[in-house]
Amino acid sequence: MFQELNRGLPKLPTIRAYREMTPLKRREMREGLLYISPWLIGFFVFTFLPILASLIFSFMNLRITDGITSTPKFVGLDNYAQMVKDPQIWSISGGTRGSLWITLFFGAISLPVGILLPLGIALLMNARSLKGQMVFRSAFYMPYIIPFVAAVFLWGGMLNPESGWINRALISLGVPKESTPNWANDVNWVYPTYVIMGIWGIGNAMLIFLAGLQGVPTDLYDAAKVDGANGWQSFWKVTFPMISPVIFYNLVLGVVFLFQYFLVPLVVNQGTGRPGGATMFFNLYLYKTFFTFQNMSYGATMAWLLFFLILIVTVFLFWSAKYWVYYAGDKRS
Amino acid sequence: MATASTFKPRRAAKSLVVTSLTLVLLLLFLSPFAFMVFTSLKTPEQIGVIGSPIWPAAVATFEYNGKNLDMFNVPMNKCEGSEESSATNGLALVKKGTRASTFVDPDDLERGEFICQVSWRALDRPWTFAPTFSNYTEVWSSINFPRLLSNTLFYAVATTVGVLISCTLVAYGFSRFDFPGRDLLFVVLIATIFLPGFVTVIPTYTFFQRIGWVGTWLPLIVPSFFANAFDVFLLRQYFMTIPREMDEAAMIDGASRFRVLTSILVPQAYPVLLAVIVFHIVFAWNDYFGPLIYLSTNRAAWPVSVALSTFNGIYGQKPQLIQAGALMTLIIPLLLFIFAQRFFVQGIVITGVDK
Repeated sequence: MFQELNRGLPKLPTIRAYREMTPLKRREMREGLLYISPWLIGFFVFTFLPILASLIFSFMNLRITDGITSTPKFVGLDNYAQMVKDPQIWSISGGTRGSLWITLFFGAISLPVGILLPLGIALLMNARSLKGQMVFRSAFYMPYIIPFVAAVFLWGGMLNPESGWINRALISLGVPKESTPNWANDVNWVYPTYVIMGIWGIGNAMLIFLAGLQGVPTDLYDAAKVDGANGWQSFWKVTFPMISPVIFYNLVLGVVFLFQYFLVPLVVNQGTGRPGGATMFFNLYLYKTFFTFQNMSYGATMAWLLFFLILIVTVFLFWSAKYWVYYAGDKRS
Repeated sequence: MATASTFKPRRAAKSLVVTSLTLVLLLLFLSPFAFMVFTSLKTPEQIGVIGSPIWPAAVATFEYNGKNLDMFNVPMNKCEGSEESSATNGLALVKKGTRASTFVDPDDLERGEFICQVSWRALDRPWTFAPTFSNYTEVWSSINFPRLLSNTLFYAVATTVGVLISCTLVAYGFSRFDFPGRDLLFVVLIATIFLPGFVTVIPTYTFFQRIGWVGTWLPLIVPSFFANAFDVFLLRQYFMTIPREMDEAAMIDGASRFRVLTSILVPQAYPVLLAVIVFHIVFAWNDYFGPLIYLSTNRAAWPVSVALSTFNGIYGQKPQLIQAGALMTLIIPLLLFIFAQRFFVQGIVITGVDK
């Protein structure tokens, strides 16, 4: 999907090109625009205007609670001034880390799991010695379609310190009862808890990796074998470059997802930031600012910060792609 | 060249090892489902008992002289009169004691009461399989589950219709019409995936609140009629695999552009249209954030996901009800997946792997 973007931006249409069009071509253009008009209108109304509006909000003091009676005013850069020194975002020392660091820290733990685990399972699914691949493939994908709230409750039960199966299994493996983790209620265990709750979301990435693996021509492996490559070498020299586009795809989606992570802490720890403020993710703080406290302006300011950060990271990823992502059959200029 | 397949012991052994390891991995991966089913079939008493098994179990009891006595597994060599026996029998406890307790044997009542030199606390108990289905009925009636289901179904059907119509039209426009700026617009469409939701949600929410749509389904249903990047991409990719010669042949026969879409492309693209349908039903069924912000003030309109999320607060001490509710919520997407797996897999593969 992202190869379209990796090719670089297409040429801008010029007025001259339009003037030179034949009447038939112009008619085709009108019809084409008509067919894509649902998206054009939707993009304008539900994406473009709101982006602009949230930029304007960020220079105002709009709160819904008082917005109905009092008129919101422009306050210049006040929201930005408040944001750059907001300890709830940036605090790095002290008892609780700022929400941005929590997000980045959790992302750094979660992203490798979110790439390597589905890749590992896809490699297993692709193994010639595995029988019943189709059944396994569906079964490993299946938890992906379980409603998120239900999945969180299932894992919440599994990870219950008293009655959950995980701690019961640890005890029966000889771990003393006192030293079994307190999972979602423990500052040190809450991030691993969320990572475990997230493994049911690997289905999508796994299927995409698997499709990528199945698309690698077998004669490339045969050629590597003839050249004397071992399994490790043929993975890095054949498999990895051939599936690099799907790794890139899953990586970009994973990064964009993790920057906006907050629904699990919202449901599991009721959005309180417990234990000890460790689960006050950036987007959770944003959600509370906007939804609970109805402070639209400060929420919009934070949303713009997030937008900017995601933009930097995705632009970096797309720039890096030309060094490590290989599109077969696509001549690189 | 046909070769007779020969049995290769080494390959068969490797296959057996890999397949059984994968099976173990899969069982671990899916074990929360077993946890959910077992827990939802328990009574509160079964959950409270320390040392009770993971499956829904009740302590076996035995009625003796008009009283219900608890059963215990007692090594018979500790009991007077059977010191030579190596068996462990299920006995009913008549009188508790820390060193010695009095029992009767339900299978040998003629023996009468007898004393065994055991501490009753240290004994295992025989458990019988005793599932209870009352948790389901309790959840069903306490949160008005039929209404939640009909709300969710309505949301799923309405948005699926919207997505299907709008994305088919837009994908047709992007795949079959050449005009300057088309590819740029397509890149813009794909780029919307990277946009963090809150940038657009905050003004949109504010706007919907001003026009009085918050608390209604409209903010959730109306935008679905304006296409989205994933489904347009999926449909466009599929349309591009259908040869254009077929369109041209139909147009020479006098078919309009719209007729080409409905008579040539749509009938051939039915697998991918089905993929869009099943994805969207599941998406709407599972959607939590949208209904949460737009419907939290209107309980009567809640879908299952939002209602289920309140269980944590209401039933924090009743895991059996939480798990029963979770099972009732996930059963429909699960069944849909089982019957339509092929379309799920195909849809994901196209978006992830196609160029």
